[in-house]
Amino acid sequence: MPLHELSATEQLRLLETGEVAAVELCQSYLDQISAHDGEVGAFLRVSSAAALEQAASIDTRRKKGEPLGKLAGLPVAVKDILCQRGELTTCASRMLADFRPPYDAGVIKRLRAADAVFIGRTNMDEFAMGGSTENSAVQPTRNPWDLARTPGGSSGGSAAAVAAAMAPLAIGTDTGGSIRQPAAFCGITGMKPTYGRVNRYGLIAFASSLDQIGPMGHTAEDVALLLEAIAGNDPRDSTSLDAPVPPYSKGIALPIKNLRIGVVREHFTEGLDADVEQAVRVAIEVCRSQGAKIVDISLPTGRHAVATYYVIAPCEASSNLARYDGAHYGYRTDEKAMLAELAAERQQAMTTGGQAAVDALDTPLVRMYRRSRAEGFGPEVKRRIMLGTYALSAGYYDAYYLKALKVRRLIREDYDRAFEQVDLIAGPVTPAPAFKLGEMVDDPLAMYLLDLYTVSANLAGIPAISLPCGLSTARLPIGLQLQGPPLSEELLLRAGHQFQQATEWHREKPILQPLIDADVR
Amino acid sequence: MSSPYTTIIGLEVHVQLATASKLFCGCSTRFGAPPNAQTCPVCIGLPGALPVMNRKAFQLALKTAVALNCEIPEFTKWDRKQYYYPDLPKGYQISQYDLPMSQHGYFEIADPQGGHEPKRVRILRAHLEEDAGKSIHDEVAGKGDSLIDLNRTGTPLLEIVSEPDLRSSLEAKAFLTELRLLLTYIGVSDCNMQEGSLRVDANVNLHLATPQGKVATPIVEIKNMNSFRAVERALDYEAERQYRVWQETGQRLGDVPKQTRGWDDTAGVTRAQRSKEESSDYRYFPDPDLVPVITTVADVDAVRASLEEAPAALRLRIETAFGVSAYDANVIVNQGRELADYYLAVAKGCGDGKAAANWVTQDVMRVLKEREWTLDQLVDTRGITPEWIADLVKRATTSALTRGQARQVFDAKVREVSVAIHDTIEFTVDAIVAKLGIQQVDESELVSLCQELLAANPRTIADVRAGKLQAVGALIGQAKKKNPNADPNRVREICLDLIQSGSV
Amino acid sequence: MAISRADVEKVALLSRLRLSEAELDTMTTQLAQIVTYVDHLAEVDTEHVAPMAHAVEVHNVFRDDQVAVSLPREEALRNAPHRSEEGYLVPAVLGD
Repeated sequence: MPLHELSATEQLRLLETGEVAAVELCQSYLDQISAHDGEVGAFLRVSSAAALEQAASIDTRRKKGEPLGKLAGLPVAVKDILCQRGELTTCASRMLADFRPPYDAGVIKRLRAADAVFIGRTNMDEFAMGGSTENSAVQPTRNPWDLARTPGGSSGGSAAAVAAAMAPLAIGTDTGGSIRQPAAFCGITGMKPTYGRVNRYGLIAFASSLDQIGPMGHTAEDVALLLEAIAGNDPRDSTSLDAPVPPYSKGIALPIKNLRIGVVREHFTEGLDADVEQAVRVAIEVCRSQGAKIVDISLPTGRHAVATYYVIAPCEASSNLARYDGAHYGYRTDEKAMLAELAAERQQAMTTGGQAAVDALDTPLVRMYRRSRAEGFGPEVKRRIMLGTYALSAGYYDAYYLKALKVRRLIREDYDRAFEQVDLIAGPVTPAPAFKLGEMVDDPLAMYLLDLYTVSANLAGIPAISLPCGLSTARLPIGLQLQGPPLSEELLLRAGHQFQQATEWHREKPILQPLIDADVR
Repeated sequence: MSSPYTTIIGLEVHVQLATASKLFCGCSTRFGAPPNAQTCPVCIGLPGALPVMNRKAFQLALKTAVALNCEIPEFTKWDRKQYYYPDLPKGYQISQYDLPMSQHGYFEIADPQGGHEPKRVRILRAHLEEDAGKSIHDEVAGKGDSLIDLNRTGTPLLEIVSEPDLRSSLEAKAFLTELRLLLTYIGVSDCNMQEGSLRVDANVNLHLATPQGKVATPIVEIKNMNSFRAVERALDYEAERQYRVWQETGQRLGDVPKQTRGWDDTAGVTRAQRSKEESSDYRYFPDPDLVPVITTVADVDAVRASLEEAPAALRLRIETAFGVSAYDANVIVNQGRELADYYLAVAKGCGDGKAAANWVTQDVMRVLKEREWTLDQLVDTRGITPEWIADLVKRATTSALTRGQARQVFDAKVREVSVAIHDTIEFTVDAIVAKLGIQQVDESELVSLCQELLAANPRTIADVRAGKLQAVGALIGQAKKKNPNADPNRVREICLDLIQSGSV
Repeated sequence: MAISRADVEKVALLSRLRLSEAELDTMTTQLAQIVTYVDHLAEVDTEHVAPMAHAVEVHNVFRDDQVAVSLPREEALRNAPHRSEEGYLVPAVLGD
């Protein structure tokens, strides 16, 4: 079996015993990337030389018997949203096309300490806003299962990279489903941890109270391995939790006794794709057959989750993205052209409206801001900035933002009540499998509504995992979502692992075929 | 009252808190570094960087709030105040909006009209926020670019907002002076206006009595006042200007939007500042990157218990415990904590608070002023420590030295006539006395001298007994001749004593 | 609440975005749709509900007042789109 077809856990074992060298493993993935990423477009940048160098140094250290990190020699693909000192970190935005942070994100530091090999930076929706990776200013990413379809988003590059065996592990971020939805669309395993479980320092913010970094891999076991390496407090992030990090990968095979799984009444309603419903129901039966007690529960406020999310997330985003104004870093408009334009407009205004009209024109500074931001951001980012600014502006704050914060608490309280009855909640990740590229671009609201199963976990701050649980009639992956109470990552991973012991869905691989139809691109 | 109007003034004071590092990052707050030499990802607002609150900044803010008699709510949080300006790299300032860390306090100032009761000025709120950077525009260069320096960005500020309780520029000045004194006494800020550690904005309008009843003019906010003197002048100017505008237009509060005017110190006028109509929509919302702070009653009590004595309390103590005049107590306390501490040490050392007050307010302060020295310089370069002064004061009060002689010793120490003495710190009173050739006259020696003189001048005794006290004057001259170091006052007192007690 | 083109223009200025006439039209339509959907939140009874701004209930997180090394100026200014040796340059800031 080629190296890249093994799970990360299996690869780590071979690395540790010395049967496989890190360089060999790294090269195997670099070959995969060369062969397939031209079509998939999962990576924005591949660091072949640096990765091989890093792998070689790990091999040397291993030979010398030096202590090595938890992931020593395993390649990890990183979503292009985590700051890495001196390296381009772009958020797939024109705004940050040349941005090189002078510092490392907390998770980058942890990956470095774990001796993970940084193989490349993955594509994403610009500033993590979107669910298809089509909002990347650089390129769309294609779903390895069907190149005409989206891999999901916003961590679409990371999901596609793992699915196409171009990396055994990947880092994603999840603000409203951005790890779980692409994991489901690409047939891999992905987890959004409890808010604060993984520190956010150096994660370029979209919506700070919802953003969470998480692991992606083929199996729950692999995901546990990566989570163990990246979880934990960082004093530079006030919101990161100071709870000890359990050895997730060690306890994953422990049996679960008396597991109570809740199934949410409201999840199986109109709009849920028949294949998805079927696959999820079968998956729940698998859990029952493994001894879990299935309990019918209700999360009544859940139907307002999308509306709540699409107020809070854009509000925070409008503020977080205010810093991209062309003044201190990032894209700035062509100033000469701007001043020339201003001069022309002044002349025009003077003849038509006199001094008052001239005074009403934007000053050079305001003009610089507006042009830089208009040129640096894509349409979805602008839409969310506008939406958030509107919802926070005078007269609307109470009706939208404050209201949403209150509904958010009701959503959290629904969960608190549910978790008195059950240990975990099982359900779909998405209402349907991956859609076609371009299919949704003109209908943002329809796109937002697809997030109905994932946003609640972010609003409530609870952990959730997406596990492959079937293939549609069109042979597209389907995901099962398990959600748990705060800091229940260990239980979620064990339940996921147990499910994967009884099923083979996580072993299904896309058959990567070269694109025939040139116009799909 | 002769004035046709009452001026209504509220002040907004921004105070830089005395921390070593910034509010949300470890960059130094030191003043005067080269531009952009004290920044990091957090205060530049680089993508991904996150703020973590400086504990000391919060504690200093809390201490100030307690000293201003504010209520400290149990729960407080930080909000983002959003606007675009190049000195604000994140596009928002981290501040406090609806749930400030303190509110509803008061602060007392001496009545500027000289009344006995202090005037109580209510404090609306005091909250903790971060400072912005600086934009430097070269006016001479004209159209060019502005240079942005982010060194100051993220420096901790406490914004103290008073209720509109002040009624004149004089009161405003008194408020600011006393506030500055308090803040320096409790060590929360150096309040250096030149370095921007204390900044003042004022809200002003007028109340007028008209035949139709009381009328208020539109409120104007005044900015750019860079000294207390400027505050005083700007408020006087603005009151007059508003009265003129009222007479011309009859505009009342609510007729026009609140205006912001900048004080031009050279021209001595306030000028309207241009502001876009949308600029005040700050879209405040809770900062998701910072967590709330819970302050318990016990926390507040602990702060209160450890709070340094406020200037007002110290004035009262100096007056009542040491019998010092209100005037002198005021002089000592208003010089600042350093001098007050110096005075207290002298008073403790010599056991005579009144004499200590005289020495400190007259001699010590005179030298500081003449030589433009700081107290530290006086102590470090001349060794004029409170203990040294106390020693001197003791001798002067027990008449071992006359007041004049003691001053001679003091002046010699200031001049550092230490030719023979290498270590000025060791330059004791005795050593100087010896050096200056001042003879210390023993009390018993003086008594026998007086007895001798009285015995030789029975006429004088008779005159005194007849009520002609000034007759003693003749003896003083003779005493000086016999012993040039004899203290004339003491000679007079002893002679009178001897005569009146009938012992001669 | 209905959102008008004038609202959108105002919000574009507040957001420091410049939108073309065509973009303003599209934005007005799309925002109106989204806002109409979000308006359903008004149906939820939140009378005695406290707002939830943070996903976790953590408080009193502080750092000590310790000075850390700042970025060398050259590194701090490296990403600046327009700069001098000393700092960031922006179009004239006037009338402060």
